[in-house]
Amino acid sequence: MTTKQLDAIRASKQELIDVRRLVKEQAEVLAKNTGYRKQVLVCGGTGCTSSHSMQVIEHLEKTLKEAGIDDVLIVKTGCFGLCSLGPIMIVYPEGAFYAQMTPEHAETVVKQHLIPGGSIVKELLYKGTVLEDGSVIPFAETPFYKKQMRIALRNCGVIAAEDIDEAIGAGDYAALEKVLTTGMTPDDVINEVLASGLRGRGGAGFPTGRKWMFAKASKGDIKYVCCNADEGDPGAFMDRSVLEGDPHCVLEAMTIAGYAIGAHQGYIYVRAEYPVAVERLKIAIGQARKYGLLGKNILGSGFSFDIDLRLGAGAFVCGEETALMTSIEGHRGEPRPRPPFPAVKGLFEKPTILNNVETWANINPIITKGAAWYASIGTEKSKGTKVFALGGKITNVGLVEVPMGTTLREIVEEIGGGIPNGKKFKAAQTGGPSGGCIPAEYIDTPIDFDNLVAIGSMMGSGGLIVLDEDTCMVDLSKFYLEFTADESCGKCTPCRLGTKRLLQLLTKITEGKGEPEDLEKIQELAEHMKSSSLCALGQSAPNPVLSTLAKFREEYEDHIYNHHCAAGVCKALLNYTIDKEKCIGCGLCARNCPVSAISRTDYVAPGHKLASFAIDPAKCIKCGVCMNNCKFHAVERK
Amino acid sequence: MKQCEAACACETLGTPEQEAQLKALIEASKSTPGCLMHILQEAQGIYGYLPMQVQKTIAEGLGISLSEVYGVVTFYSQFSLTPKGKHPISVCLGTACYVKGSDKILEAVETQLGIKCGECTEDGLFSLDSCRCVGACGLAPVMMIGEEVYGKLTPDKVKGILDSYREETK
Repeated sequence: MTTKQLDAIRASKQELIDVRRLVKEQAEVLAKNTGYRKQVLVCGGTGCTSSHSMQVIEHLEKTLKEAGIDDVLIVKTGCFGLCSLGPIMIVYPEGAFYAQMTPEHAETVVKQHLIPGGSIVKELLYKGTVLEDGSVIPFAETPFYKKQMRIALRNCGVIAAEDIDEAIGAGDYAALEKVLTTGMTPDDVINEVLASGLRGRGGAGFPTGRKWMFAKASKGDIKYVCCNADEGDPGAFMDRSVLEGDPHCVLEAMTIAGYAIGAHQGYIYVRAEYPVAVERLKIAIGQARKYGLLGKNILGSGFSFDIDLRLGAGAFVCGEETALMTSIEGHRGEPRPRPPFPAVKGLFEKPTILNNVETWANINPIITKGAAWYASIGTEKSKGTKVFALGGKITNVGLVEVPMGTTLREIVEEIGGGIPNGKKFKAAQTGGPSGGCIPAEYIDTPIDFDNLVAIGSMMGSGGLIVLDEDTCMVDLSKFYLEFTADESCGKCTPCRLGTKRLLQLLTKITEGKGEPEDLEKIQELAEHMKSSSLCALGQSAPNPVLSTLAKFREEYEDHIYNHHCAAGVCKALLNYTIDKEKCIGCGLCARNCPVSAISRTDYVAPGHKLASFAIDPAKCIKCGVCMNNCKFHAVERK
Repeated sequence: MKQCEAACACETLGTPEQEAQLKALIEASKSTPGCLMHILQEAQGIYGYLPMQVQKTIAEGLGISLSEVYGVVTFYSQFSLTPKGKHPISVCLGTACYVKGSDKILEAVETQLGIKCGECTEDGLFSLDSCRCVGACGLAPVMMIGEEVYGKLTPDKVKGILDSYREETK
């Protein structure tokens, strides 16, 4: 492919995509040129496909066909971000945001909205887009999207994820074109990335440009470019969304890096647990090869680069850079000591750079819009934006991308819509099993790499789990330790044994058998693990315990001294009973008990007609279903 | 631990088709650097798990030791040494699901099926595992049965879901 052909594809798709990006009035004018009266974007990300968005698409196509409508374009996109409202569907040029769609709803939308002269079906819209006076706002104006700034996610939920032409129309490969055909030298590229201030989004925040600089300086004919798509932090899914929504932006950025450091082969190491992302990557690589955007002599520049996929097989430690490379080589994914650093001796012992998906997704805008523009966003030492996977006890679960320096309060209360069920914000967990908890008193801290470390947590890959008063911090620490103990590769002793011992101590405390000196033991062991483990997994495994111990010590003490779990989570310290005087004998609890632990007694309370129920403590799994179901508040938790 | 008896390929390489597929796979991949993981993943696709005889064949085909193959198989959680049930169940224990009570979902499934996590029911119908994040955090807590994702679960919904699979096989 020549640059002329690339430009022609971009020009042919640009208006179609602009309709989805522009404000309503402009979009309506533009839509007339595209040949499509309406465009219907349906989310085909994992979250929405799990709630059956493919059936919605099938039904849309069928109903449109039956109605003889052929000027409506249906586009299967990647993730829009608001996963808790899936399946999501947006109709342009209006920007009407339909949520929790079903095949029946799809039929209604076709018959009332998509037909010529139709109008928006208000009752099926996401409630956040319908104002009190009944007027409808586009989704971009809702609190969830308004505060966001989408750079890495710029094309997610905007383009058809399996169509390279749409990706090109949306700007993908424009940066590669600039790099290869306007006389940029490899040093120019590296200097641009350096000047942007971009730091690795995978966890540690190492300056990306410096990594590239080191790898370029390494001597050797064979070098490699790797993409870390082994998103291991449970609860973080931004990398998956980029791969599902805009896979070409990663291929493009890796090719640019290959040019900059002098590599001709790239590998993407992706979790096998992400079947949709794997499939879309395969399609994208095939399309890019066909167009000559991967392969020999790209865009006539004489530069050649190709990319292969490698599938992970479920090992958290493979997110660590040296372990990931060992795994690509086909071995047990155990980390290697550093130095030598991968930039000197990495994959197959050759100089290698490894960046994570979100980092790659920032490269195109840095090259096309310039380092100065990128560096103008964010805080002094953390430039650009960060994508967070907002989850846990929060109204709007999903992906949000905000400029660095946005406060936790803005994310939780404004974008996230606050805590559901009238509960109180207790803390936010960031950085997953390597991170820590940010208590409510720090809710106004501007979030960036350095501030999070200063308050005892870390950015990590961007999982942000909101916790309310029903979360027990001791139990949460135990949860993370179970994870790291399970995922420790076993190569070094401090991590292999340390995680096990820490877990034992925490288990003891959650069972009410903790002793006062346990807290000192935890502290000491944790410090040793931090200083002597081989890789980041062991060094950071004690972080969840240390951070909660520092900020929520009274909860640990409550478990140890009073054998009490205030959040009502630690099962060994809980008992569910039925107040026989309050129980009217309706049996709702017994019918819903998943383990048949509730049965009728002989006792009929005064004023009631039926005998009351009782819980068999030996069978009870303390799930709380009975308590949630009882309308008479007869079930008590102590 | 209870294991599924069905389709045991401990001593043989399964059906002639399976054996041919495996050998073709090894032949096609063996010149690619770092191909062991890929071969194991595909082989698990053919057999449903990785019986010892299959591992031996792969080791011989690649000219590496069986201990190296076994070492890789046991390192990664996705590889299984035992067969899975007809409907493999995977309860998500990722953070977003956990804080929404997925441990109680797992317990409810365990009680309903009478097996522990990592085991298979005697009739071979269900096997039960936990996993770390399927990425459907918006639907937390979730579990997967085969390819199907069940979201926004509560312990009392578990029985009905399992029953629908039981009835399907009747």
